[in-house]
Amino acid sequence: MKRFTFFNATSLTLGFAFLYVPILILVIYSFNASRLVTVWAGFSTKWYGELLQNQQFLDAAWVTLKVGLISSSIATVLGTIAALVLVRGGKFRGRTLFSGMIYAPLVMPEVITGLSLLLLFIAAGVDRGVFTIVLAHATFSMCYVSVVVSSRLISFDQSIEEAAYDLGCTPFDAFKSVTLPIIAPAVISGWLLAFTLSLDDLVIASFTTGPAATTLPIKIYSAVRLGVSPEINALSTLLIGIVTIGVITASLVTKRAALHRKRQEELAAQNH
Amino acid sequence: MRRAVVILIPYLWLVALFLVPFGIVLKISLSDIATAIPPYTPNFDFSAGWAGFKDFLSQLDFENFVWLTEDDLYWKAYLSSLKIAIISTILTLLAGFPIAYAMAQASKEWQPTLMMLIILPFWTSFLIRVYAWMGILSTEGFLNQFLIWIGLIDTPLQILNTDWAVYIGIIYTYIPFMILPIYATLEKLDPSYLEAAEDLGCSRIQAFWSVTVPLSKPGVIAGCFLVFIPAVGEFVIPSVLGGSKTLMIGKVLWEEFFSNRDWPVASAVAIILLLILVIPIVLFQKQQERQQEADS
Repeated sequence: MKRFTFFNATSLTLGFAFLYVPILILVIYSFNASRLVTVWAGFSTKWYGELLQNQQFLDAAWVTLKVGLISSSIATVLGTIAALVLVRGGKFRGRTLFSGMIYAPLVMPEVITGLSLLLLFIAAGVDRGVFTIVLAHATFSMCYVSVVVSSRLISFDQSIEEAAYDLGCTPFDAFKSVTLPIIAPAVISGWLLAFTLSLDDLVIASFTTGPAATTLPIKIYSAVRLGVSPEINALSTLLIGIVTIGVITASLVTKRAALHRKRQEELAAQNH
Repeated sequence: MRRAVVILIPYLWLVALFLVPFGIVLKISLSDIATAIPPYTPNFDFSAGWAGFKDFLSQLDFENFVWLTEDDLYWKAYLSSLKIAIISTILTLLAGFPIAYAMAQASKEWQPTLMMLIILPFWTSFLIRVYAWMGILSTEGFLNQFLIWIGLIDTPLQILNTDWAVYIGIIYTYIPFMILPIYATLEKLDPSYLEAAEDLGCSRIQAFWSVTVPLSKPGVIAGCFLVFIPAVGEFVIPSVLGGSKTLMIGKVLWEEFFSNRDWPVASAVAIILLLILVIPIVLFQKQQERQQEADS
């Protein structure tokens, strides 16, 4: 007895308009010829040209990409191990503290995480720059990765792993040939999540960076504080475009992989 | 043995980069300005042993916390953060519930696409999404142009740099966190309950209030926590959309640290922000556990 009423249609329309119109306006006005961001003066791509000649933005983009790739890869490895420990590790001393340390960063205000890491780096006498941002990002994103991966680990049938042990696999073999292929989609989405979190982060990067490394969000933030500008609109449009294409591709790939797996499982079931 | 190594890698990483930094914040919040400003050297010397520890303890003081309670600014910032977080959570609930409800009522083929559309903005940069509202809310911005065009107002409203802009920013960026848990509970709701209510003589609106709303309570509570907790410590939104009069604790911490360079006070602010958040976080966890038990 599902009824799709006028009221429902209105709330969906208004809701999606609320979510998407601001982004749409931002994108449209990145093609505005005028420097005044609220007055339309004809189509132009000159802000994109200026952006590509702005060495500061290009440098910041390179730093951001580097930090994102390295930190999300570390976070994926650590987060996957942490998920295995949480779900399959059994009981060990300090397990409560461990799971607390996994979940706490998820609800921790960014200003506190950033401040505490900065004070650590200063106390340890580490030079701040790309290296310290990578450490900071890897730490908070590994928690997200481990949440994503452990939900997958909980849901799959553990007897497949046990079968591998019965057939003489070492724990490492069993992980490599049974567990890893099954949790692979979760590991990949964990990596993607860690990567976007890193690309997106302003607060923690501001605290943990030094004068040598400026990331794109830090650069955007300092520009935004001076007001709206068409270059920032152009830059935002590029970033939105990249993320949208990435997310859609990822969802198509996982959908196809799921279909493929389902078909194989059906085939295997028929052969029995 | 090998298992111990596997456990130790993420364990030590988190101890070194999560637990120890916290200890440092706590310690600095309890120390004098002079000893805690850069170049900062830790007061606690491990090689000095027990005597060193006693010495370290005697150096701690609660001056910064006392100072926080005496200075009006901090009280106002705490209360104002709570007020802004509560108001925007309620507004997000009011805006999010109808959307989640409509999603749950949509046909089954459409639901994954609708979900995707709700989640997609979440993947694009937070900062960019907040920035997008600057051009809309400014006095010569699109919202004012639109309101003047339809004749609702004559002179532009000042929305940017007020608390209202902060509410709009928080609703906009956190609404997926409200919609998804509510949608998850509404989607599971068995339509035969509503049929039963109507068979027993309820009108559709009565059935909605006496069946749908109570059954969606777990989703509503989860959504409210998921919006409220990050909103209290929010920095980017009040800094970009709010004005100089918008006081939020995350912004105060940032300014204490970057502008005033007062590390002990910044650390004390951090500790108190955490103490404020512990209560809702624990409540949230309890509620989630109860929900899991009820589900299984």
